[in-house]
Amino acid sequence: MSLSTSAPKGRDKPAIIVGFLLLALAGVLWSDAVNLSRVAAYGIGPAVMPKMIAGGLVLLGLLSILSGLRQNGKAPEPADFGPVGILVIGFLLLTAIIGFGGGFIAGMAVLFAITAFAFGRRAPLVDLALGLVLSALIYLLFSKLLTLSLPQGPLERLFS
Amino acid sequence: MESFYALISGFAVALTAANLLYASIGVLLGTAVGVLPGIGPAVTVALLLPITFKLDPSGSLIMFAGIYYGAMYGGSTTSILINTPGESASMATALQGNLMAKSGRAGPALATSAIGSFFAGLIATAGIAFLAPWMVKFAVQFGPEDYFALMVVAFVTVSATFGDSPLKGLISLFCGLALGLIGIDKLTGQSRLTFGLPELLDGVEVTTLAVGLFAIGEAMFVVSRRRSVEEIMPMTGSLWMSKADWKRSWKPWLRGTLFGFPIGALPAGGAEIPTFLSYSTEKRLSKHPEEWDTIGAIEGVAGPEAANNASVAGTLVPLLSLGLPTSATAAILLAGFQQFGLNPGPLLFAEKPDLVWGLIASLFIANAMLVVLNLPLVGIWVKLLKIPTPWLYAGILMFAAMGSIATKGSIAELLMLLVFGVLGFLMRRYDYPVAPMVVGLILGPMAESQFRRALQISIGDPLVLVQSPIAATLLGIAFLALVAPFIAGGLSRFKAQED
Repeated sequence: MSLSTSAPKGRDKPAIIVGFLLLALAGVLWSDAVNLSRVAAYGIGPAVMPKMIAGGLVLLGLLSILSGLRQNGKAPEPADFGPVGILVIGFLLLTAIIGFGGGFIAGMAVLFAITAFAFGRRAPLVDLALGLVLSALIYLLFSKLLTLSLPQGPLERLFS
Repeated sequence: MESFYALISGFAVALTAANLLYASIGVLLGTAVGVLPGIGPAVTVALLLPITFKLDPSGSLIMFAGIYYGAMYGGSTTSILINTPGESASMATALQGNLMAKSGRAGPALATSAIGSFFAGLIATAGIAFLAPWMVKFAVQFGPEDYFALMVVAFVTVSATFGDSPLKGLISLFCGLALGLIGIDKLTGQSRLTFGLPELLDGVEVTTLAVGLFAIGEAMFVVSRRRSVEEIMPMTGSLWMSKADWKRSWKPWLRGTLFGFPIGALPAGGAEIPTFLSYSTEKRLSKHPEEWDTIGAIEGVAGPEAANNASVAGTLVPLLSLGLPTSATAAILLAGFQQFGLNPGPLLFAEKPDLVWGLIASLFIANAMLVVLNLPLVGIWVKLLKIPTPWLYAGILMFAAMGSIATKGSIAELLMLLVFGVLGFLMRRYDYPVAPMVVGLILGPMAESQFRRALQISIGDPLVLVQSPIAATLLGIAFLALVAPFIAGGLSRFKAQED
């Protein structure tokens, strides 16, 4: 998105990009709709609404491109995408830990520590410990008191 | 008169010890989460939804009522003390409230907002109790085409009428509608847009979308800007309002309620309009105009807060009587209902009167509890605001992930949450409103089934959509509301070129 600063005058690049994305989305909807088998005896089948929404998306996409070509968009504030990336990594790690059977508490503790790091704290071990304590408390509260089933891992088996 | 008796029996449901306990837990949790900066009532309710999973329907709906009111109260506390309104409806409160806090009058500002909310909530809940059964009587005459038209009105008002760009609102709405298509079609059993992934057969959860867009998107937005942490105003001086404060507050409370409830009860969407109407009215009527730019005027807190609460309570009228959500918060409440297999609407009043009236009665109770519990505890809520930002957001993200893990526990659900989070971040960065997407997701499939039912009855004749006078009028209103901002926008651009 760093291109938006060097956009030529009289253009609103994000609006143009959004417009093309909407057209692409409309294409996905349409191609999915035409591939549905026709079963409706009378009335209308499941393909009609997707086609109507796709039509709306095409209209909105064209309008967005048009307005992007005609107006100068206000440049968004400068942003630091590094920490956003760290947040995404933290989330993916949580998903991976739970997916590979590491359990709820470990995954949550890692998410906590990495998020705190992304927000500028530089004490990962302290945060990891804090995250472990918090997620263990949440685990006990939810699984024992409210009897929700949460992903199990080595740490969770200690409590059961 | 029959609603009066129904309400009395509702109180009998709500006033059991267990339900009172649920209501108070709801109020406390709602306030604790709602007070966190950048977290509005919609996200608070979405985040706390898993807690209510295992309770019986009436107990959990009663806890919901508490969470809902608690979240609103928590939001106004944050607006006043650190000037970060969690949603646009609290913006008006933040203007004068933060000025008052800066000049050492945080106590009275918090008190007038709490008591004003209580006052407005009381009147508005009474309004629900008397208006909703009347709406139900009206609604039973509605055919599917009328419902469809009503939903079209809600789509337009939620996305296009408010906000600075109707185009962006509509784009957000249509993306939500597209998301709503994912999953098994209820009428024919065919899967749409699932791309062969079994995880997508159930469709996208409203709570996953809301938590991703609002909570995770907000966290990413904050971290991307590394914005300087807002200063928290210390609570100095008395917490209580003086006699003069009371005298200056009661009329704005009343006027705010009168702005808020009718606008909220109409499917007009949004609490922004009544809060800003109230703000500008109070400013015009104020006997202390000099305070508005200097130390903050108490009328400017009392009026908009009352308007905000009254309009939010007002949105429960279309939600309960028609099953029509007109705000993001209402959409999530509807998702909460659906989690128990309950569909709000005329039938619910007939089939489960205990539940509906118990819920309405517990709105009264939650409202009263708010003043009793929260005002004295304000010191604790302020301490919550002093948690260092990294830990605060780390905790918010944990809770956000927690919701998805507890609902479905699948990896796909967590990944969807992340995708919606990134989407929410980009939408916030490029000024696209997120609420229309949430409303589109939940209302889209409902509108589709009404649309198809109408055409099924008419054996495919599309004219049925405009033949009913109710439907024709509603579609006309929707059309006017849709084109009005474009015409007005065109006019203002024209004017700008003239200058």
